[in-house]
Amino acid sequence: MKRIALLGMPNTGKSTLFNRISGASARVGNWPGITVDLMSAKILLGGHIAELVDLPGLYDLHGFSDDEQVVRHFFANNTVDLVMIVLNSAQIDRQISLALQARALGLPAILLLNMRDEARRAGITINVEAMSKQLQMPVVLISAKYGESCPQALQVAAQNLDRQHASMSPEQIAALLQQDSSIEREMESIVKNAVQMPAQLTDQLTNKIDRVLLHPWFGLPLFFAAMYLLFQFIFAVGKPLQDGVAWLLAGLRTEALGPLLTGAPAWLQGLLLDGVFNGIGTVTAFVPIIVLFFIIMSIVEDSGYLSRAAFMMDALMAKMGLDGRGFVMMLMGFGCNVPALMGTRVMRSRNLRLLTMLVIPLSLCSARLQVFLFLTATLFTATQAPLVLFSLYLMSFLTIFLSALIFKGRYASNEPFILELPPYRFPTLQQIWLRGWHEVRHFLNRATKFIIIGVVLVWILTHVPGNVPPASQATLAGMIGSWLAPVLTPIGIDGQLAIALLFGFVAKEIVIGAFAVIYGLQGDALMHIIAQKLDWVQGMSFMLFTLIYTPCLSTIAVLKSESKSMAFTLLSIVWSLVLAWVISFIFYQSARALGF
Amino acid sequence: MTTLANLHPGESGVIHAVHADESLFQRLSALGFRQGKKIEFIRRANFNGPLHVRIGSTDIVLRESEARRIQITH
Repeated sequence: MKRIALLGMPNTGKSTLFNRISGASARVGNWPGITVDLMSAKILLGGHIAELVDLPGLYDLHGFSDDEQVVRHFFANNTVDLVMIVLNSAQIDRQISLALQARALGLPAILLLNMRDEARRAGITINVEAMSKQLQMPVVLISAKYGESCPQALQVAAQNLDRQHASMSPEQIAALLQQDSSIEREMESIVKNAVQMPAQLTDQLTNKIDRVLLHPWFGLPLFFAAMYLLFQFIFAVGKPLQDGVAWLLAGLRTEALGPLLTGAPAWLQGLLLDGVFNGIGTVTAFVPIIVLFFIIMSIVEDSGYLSRAAFMMDALMAKMGLDGRGFVMMLMGFGCNVPALMGTRVMRSRNLRLLTMLVIPLSLCSARLQVFLFLTATLFTATQAPLVLFSLYLMSFLTIFLSALIFKGRYASNEPFILELPPYRFPTLQQIWLRGWHEVRHFLNRATKFIIIGVVLVWILTHVPGNVPPASQATLAGMIGSWLAPVLTPIGIDGQLAIALLFGFVAKEIVIGAFAVIYGLQGDALMHIIAQKLDWVQGMSFMLFTLIYTPCLSTIAVLKSESKSMAFTLLSIVWSLVLAWVISFIFYQSARALGF
Repeated sequence: MTTLANLHPGESGVIHAVHADESLFQRLSALGFRQGKKIEFIRRANFNGPLHVRIGSTDIVLRESEARRIQITH
């Protein structure tokens, strides 16, 4: 099978192109010589089946960040038949260096000049023939976002698939790239011969927006106001959808599943209906909000606004030993901690990376959001609930800042902070749809892997032995609860909730699934019984603990694989548990002391 | 001769030299910080925050400590 690698600088639309070519067939896989997973897809190309690999974005083939080393080791341990180099046409004057480096390495390559729409808008003209002749490789102008000339690019790729290249060692790569001075001269000559740039190269619209959004005093308040409004939008649109799903699920149970299982033994009915169905159903009701949340996040991520937030927040983050990029990763962590942790690969200083990875798990991710949406709706009035949720986001920031301040001495770094500000962009509907679909798939994957197993285990623990009332003191769950009581009673969490917290280690979605199983109810009835069993102080303490302690097994696995250190992973787990307990304790005991 | 850190918002200059270790030098040159390139100082973030500069069609932000490594002629 032929192998094609996608190589490009950050912000060139490389992944957009990968998504467009691979469609839905992409999967994550392991590669020899590198420890990180890369996306790849099988595509049909001119009669061949070819494997397309999406390499991490990089500036320089002999750079020093982890991402850049990953690419070097990929080429050292894998043969490739073709490298598709993706560069941003609008920034061709500086990015052409990557094509010259690839040529210096003798990689069989074609050059795809992406974002031709942006270059056109900026008045940049590129003479493809002249550039191709001087670079000695085929050049195609494309727009991955709008699909313009993408079939043509694939055709050119198919014609250039027969020059397999042997792998080479990282040392060879370094040696071959020593002639940087000649690259510089050649860059200038290519740009002079093949590129026409207008004298005044500015995106007027971006300039105008920046003047407002990057205003020295209003910039940050505007950013937080915009984020707040987006949240309001998500909940305003998501709530009716959530109610709709809950209604459908309740109907499914009474109309279809209930009658279907009438002949089954009582324990099996209980396990399937009160256990699996209630558990999964309670979690599923949140899927519309989460998908909406990720769609909005993807629009914000693609818009270029987050890099600007990094610019505005850097001075503050520097005081905590982090940098502006760390702030962006924290925000990404509000979606899911796992990709945010992987995003730290762009940092070259190990200490800065570890400090950032230590605080990311404290970001209130979408799984925890589901728990909080459920509990705030249960325990507070409709006007109080959003404020409580907002205070939990504030708490998330506070714990991040506190942890960074405490550990910044241990993980001191002086990594330079240099970041590109892309022009403002709006994703196409297709990109937005693709992202939404990706999130649904991700959820289904988690649901089948963790949530079903989790809720079944919770059901067993709360129903064995079978001759006592479910979830009572005499069940397995009750025994675990009383065993944990000395630790959890001081923070107001009873034995039944202890089981939910215990399984929250696996994934936070299980927490609400576990509620449904523990109380054997769902929907309004479940909320009603929880409101009877818990007062708001206990509920808040439970939410604070849920917010701060280790988010999920996937996060722990990624912490371990990205840090390559068991000690660091343990530190992260222990620190979050200690911090969670201390903050819940302070909150619970002072609220009680104040008479609440 | 001065450094990028001494420019004021709205001013521009030509890059004369970049004084940095190999890894930083490579990153800067990949972003367009190369000798002879025109560079424009757009704005600066509050509280001694990073500088926002423009080289050709690329907008870049960097901290003062890095800006001091970039020598500029007017």
